[in-house]
Amino acid sequence: MTSPLVQRRIITAVVFAAALTPAILLAWKAAHGLLSANPIKDITEETGTWTLRFLVITLAIRPLRRLPGLARLAGYRRMMGLFAFFYGFLHFGTYVGLDQFFDLSMIIDDVMKRPFITAGVTAFALMIPLAATSTKGMIRRMGGARWKLLHRLVYASATGGVIHYLWLIKADKQRPLIYGAILAVLLGYRIWEYWKQRRTTPAR
Amino acid sequence: MLIRRRSDIPSSEITPESAYINRRKFLRKGSLALAGMTLGSAGILRAVMQDGKSWKPSNPSRYNTTEDLTSYQDATTYNNYYEYGMDKEDPEAMSGSFKPQPWSVAVEGEVKKPATYRLEDLLKGETLEDRIYRLRCVEAWSMVIPWLGFPLAHLIKRFEPTSKARFVEFTTILRPEEMPGQQRRYLPFPYVEGLRMDEAMHPLTILATGLYGRSLPNQNGAPLRLVVPWKYGFKSIKSIVKIRFVQEQPTSTWMIAAPGDYGFYSNVNPDVSHTRWSQAKERRIGDFLKRKTLPFNGYADEVASLYSGMDLDKNF
Repeated sequence: MTSPLVQRRIITAVVFAAALTPAILLAWKAAHGLLSANPIKDITEETGTWTLRFLVITLAIRPLRRLPGLARLAGYRRMMGLFAFFYGFLHFGTYVGLDQFFDLSMIIDDVMKRPFITAGVTAFALMIPLAATSTKGMIRRMGGARWKLLHRLVYASATGGVIHYLWLIKADKQRPLIYGAILAVLLGYRIWEYWKQRRTTPAR
Repeated sequence: MLIRRRSDIPSSEITPESAYINRRKFLRKGSLALAGMTLGSAGILRAVMQDGKSWKPSNPSRYNTTEDLTSYQDATTYNNYYEYGMDKEDPEAMSGSFKPQPWSVAVEGEVKKPATYRLEDLLKGETLEDRIYRLRCVEAWSMVIPWLGFPLAHLIKRFEPTSKARFVEFTTILRPEEMPGQQRRYLPFPYVEGLRMDEAMHPLTILATGLYGRSLPNQNGAPLRLVVPWKYGFKSIKSIVKIRFVQEQPTSTWMIAAPGDYGFYSNVNPDVSHTRWSQAKERRIGDFLKRKTLPFNGYADEVASLYSGMDLDKNF
């Protein structure tokens, strides 16, 4: 029998590898010419979709861990959040480096004039402080309450991400609306939880 | 020497599109499967697939560009044809059950010869040319495609439009059972596009029945589509079943769906940006770096005069 610690490490490694798989698969496809005729667009879309997916996974852990037997999910929330940032970074990097090839004037023009890019850049920017303060040391230094308050920005980032997706689509809004619906449920749950907590805990 | 193509073959005698589409799918899937196993045979299959490089037009047009062609593979697997779905691979993947034969086109409105014409009758007497044109998508990517077609002007003259005909309105077929994208109602189908009469009569404007010297695959708008190379790709309406001559400017499907983004003219214009895309640059499929987009997609010498005196910022 393996000890619980070893067991946890194995699970962590498996989760980590699973979360990294989309990136590896994408790199492999790109290297072997298995993407479409417009590979930069494929990479942009794929990394963008995974950013949104990991944001949703991160946010879903909060309600899911309340379910019987799923309490341990909470231990993977930071990793999921950092993977959201990782894919967001790849997405943003693909746009800046591959799509626009570091053409700063074009990028600024995009950010200022194209609402979907404004929303996307905002969503990504909001993730930066969260990733930067994701270490245990930072939690200690900031203090739990302030840290928690800051990290509620993840809801704003996810909302920005959904809006970015929604505004980017020309006709069929179904896919972004699905993400929007999931996010609305998760945000609704969080607000409900917040009100419940305020009612049950005495005022300070 | 001018090679005249036989265009009087009845549609019933043409090899069904589905037969050779399946053959092509088999080749492609086969080539992928074999690539890992036998390099030799995969190499042969790849040569079959990538005939873009070696292909030469048999009846070239004086309007042809000499730029590198987009491969047949890319031109037939990376398409925008929302009737089959939203993704670029959907048209190729979802168009297998579409039947482009037999086909007829209704000609209506301000013409002396309104009728429903069989496709083979429309093509009778037309010499098909290989027209190598740039294709600029509104999504800021572009291709170079050797269409097989003939000037729309030829047909229009045969229909004898009256003096009241100022615009031409085109309609795509509505067949939700064969076009899965039409079952989802994200656009008000059937798709409608339009041209001003002088645009429709311009020698660059063609009706295409093929590309790369073969008949149009379903995903590229079989069996008959418009090609207007100085306008964004969505103007080049596919699988046409109706041509209507009208007095008033037609309202296109995209003008209904997103009026702020899509105007009637939709000439390629690097200075007028779309809500989602700057139109200053484009990525030629197959290239890494973007290139500058040219006014009228590089056809300004031929067509700019059509719009003299018009404010193209307003008439986008």
